[in-house]
Amino acid sequence: MTTPASEAPVTPRSEYEFGFHDDVEALVKLPKGLSREVVNTISDIKDEPEWMRKLRLKALDHFNARPMPEWGGELGDIDFNDIHYYVRATDRDESDWEDVPDYIKDTYDKLGIPEAEKQGLLAGVGAQYDSEVVYHNIREDLEEKGVLFLGTDQALREHPDLVKEYFTTVIPPNDNKFAALNTAVWSGGSFIYVPPGVTVDIPLQAYFRINSEDMGQFERTLIIADEGAEVHYVEGCTAPIYSSDSLHSAVVEIVCKPGSNVRYTTIQNWSNNVYNLVTKRATAYQDAVMTWVDGNLGSKLTMKYPAVYLMEPGAHGEVLSIASAGQGQHQDAGAKIVHAAPNTTSVITSKSLSMDGGRSTYRGLLKVYDGADGCRSNVRCDALMLDEHSRSDTYPVMEIDEKKVDIGHEATVSKVGDEQLFYLMARGLSEAEATKMIVNGFVEPIIKSLPLEYAVEMNRLIELQMEGAIG
Amino acid sequence: MSPPLFEIDALHVAVEDKQIVNGLTLTLRPGEVHAIMGPNGSGKSTLANSLMGHPRYTINGGDVRLDGESVVELAPDERARLGLFLAFQYPTDIPGVSMINFLRRAMSARRGEEIPVREFRQVLNEVLGRLQMDEQFVRRYVNDGFSGGEKKRAEILQLGLLEPKVAVMDETDSGLDIDALRIVSEGINTFHSDDNAILLITHYQRILRYVQPDHVHVLIDGRIVESGDASLAERLERDGYEPFMARAKEEVLTS
Repeated sequence: MTTPASEAPVTPRSEYEFGFHDDVEALVKLPKGLSREVVNTISDIKDEPEWMRKLRLKALDHFNARPMPEWGGELGDIDFNDIHYYVRATDRDESDWEDVPDYIKDTYDKLGIPEAEKQGLLAGVGAQYDSEVVYHNIREDLEEKGVLFLGTDQALREHPDLVKEYFTTVIPPNDNKFAALNTAVWSGGSFIYVPPGVTVDIPLQAYFRINSEDMGQFERTLIIADEGAEVHYVEGCTAPIYSSDSLHSAVVEIVCKPGSNVRYTTIQNWSNNVYNLVTKRATAYQDAVMTWVDGNLGSKLTMKYPAVYLMEPGAHGEVLSIASAGQGQHQDAGAKIVHAAPNTTSVITSKSLSMDGGRSTYRGLLKVYDGADGCRSNVRCDALMLDEHSRSDTYPVMEIDEKKVDIGHEATVSKVGDEQLFYLMARGLSEAEATKMIVNGFVEPIIKSLPLEYAVEMNRLIELQMEGAIG
Repeated sequence: MSPPLFEIDALHVAVEDKQIVNGLTLTLRPGEVHAIMGPNGSGKSTLANSLMGHPRYTINGGDVRLDGESVVELAPDERARLGLFLAFQYPTDIPGVSMINFLRRAMSARRGEEIPVREFRQVLNEVLGRLQMDEQFVRRYVNDGFSGGEKKRAEILQLGLLEPKVAVMDETDSGLDIDALRIVSEGINTFHSDDNAILLITHYQRILRYVQPDHVHVLIDGRIVESGDASLAERLERDGYEPFMARAKEEVLTS
């Protein structure tokens, strides 16, 4: 039972190329608002084990009990009663694009996902449309080695013990208001398990798409890299532009067992009416390496601080963060690293851009516990403003409770300099071209750490945003 | 006599509210090398930057013409595309932007069309060789972490690649040791032809031993107080700027 796709006739902001939406009548769409009944209904629809229902309800209590955060961005306009907490467009999660309803497949075609998979650029692909995962597939040889790459709902059905063992162990339901909300109403997301010693050589990708208006997307992702395993996961996000705001509040938990290596890359390009309030955290054990590469270009407000807890000696955590805020946007992004064991190391590199009245905030926490001697950390955050009416702030917090550590910190806030512009223009580059070149140079240290095709995409998205800002 | 290539006509320049250049007139014809020499604070850098159109400098009188066309209303990039070049005294660093990418964009802008990769590599290698610069040099970020000598060489590299009609060299000799000075000077001489003109702006006479000027002008308080041939530079080297400064003061008092 599918409804033919039709594109939105007008896109209010021409620079946002993913602003189209499908006119689709959802199979299931819960009425707006949040209640125990809504949470129970979601659990019923999914036919979940009882422990999950209890966990959801407990999390709902946490959510209701906690005040809205008063730091970060402006959250006062979110009306939790004006949101659909569950919207399902199709009743199946397919592993062949031919079986995905045409109008949904069309959307992903426009985003170029099936094509990239066909070309072998990806080891596996997941696609979430509103609340549910509609497609998941993984290369056969990886499946044979025991790699699991599933929708989290499917994982809960097929591997309940594995999910139960790790679910909420990295981010407890009462961690913060939005993690509580996610735990109460979560739906979709990716579940990845990589067995000991297995290397997933090219990235697994997931694509998150909000299609419905007044919709909340609450995917839940859980990644477990067993001892010595390696995996790179990439997610992209887009949404149509509606007159009212949508909410995206994900939780991502990652467990890096000893000697494992996990890289998680996000290119977030939500439309400018999406609140993007996400909790991402990883625990890294002996000699494990965890890297977050976090690119925030879209959304109305993003609050996201990927975290690494370094639990055992030799663990290494790294956050590479890039944020770009244009008109009407606030990117409140950063990183959090906790050194909970001796001889652990970390690097935070953050680059933020603000233009056309946009606001970028770097918010970071570096924590070293007493007794975690021999730790080394280097924090560098740079902000670049393209014009006078944009804004940039940095809040780098350090809590160092151990003396025998080596911590480096550097922060800069600058404006695209007259001298740099003049230099490039004196060589014949137009002001727009010169500005682009300076901005590209500024973000280069992060871009070069991305796989080539994502680097190209990221550069393209920044340029697209700048075309709106500098004409 | 060939028609003028570059004319500075009764030029007045102010920085913020301070008048720095006070009616400077100078004509460069194709094939000529002019040197403007002046002490600190005489307006050398103001002149150089205003000719290129730096937004901090306000031209509040007179005109500047390239090939007979006024350029004072043009943005720096438009002036550059018409064939005006400024070798910076203090080139700015642009982290994250590779020299090779920057040079290719600049060459394409100067030509008005994309330069083919092959041709670009060829020209680039030729000019690099001439300046005794390693190919790895262009992999580095623009002026980022360059030594003083490397920055000046990078300017000459751009001069060689962009082939402007008029090159204004702002204290290109400052901060160079004798070997670097020789290489940089050779770069300027190789660029120089019957079709272009060079304006060397300098405090010291030493670069003029390598780049022979046809005309030398003495700049004091934003005006030219004396012009002559290459021997004027030698006189300056011997007597210093004092006699000219004293005379300029007298002229101001009696006028």
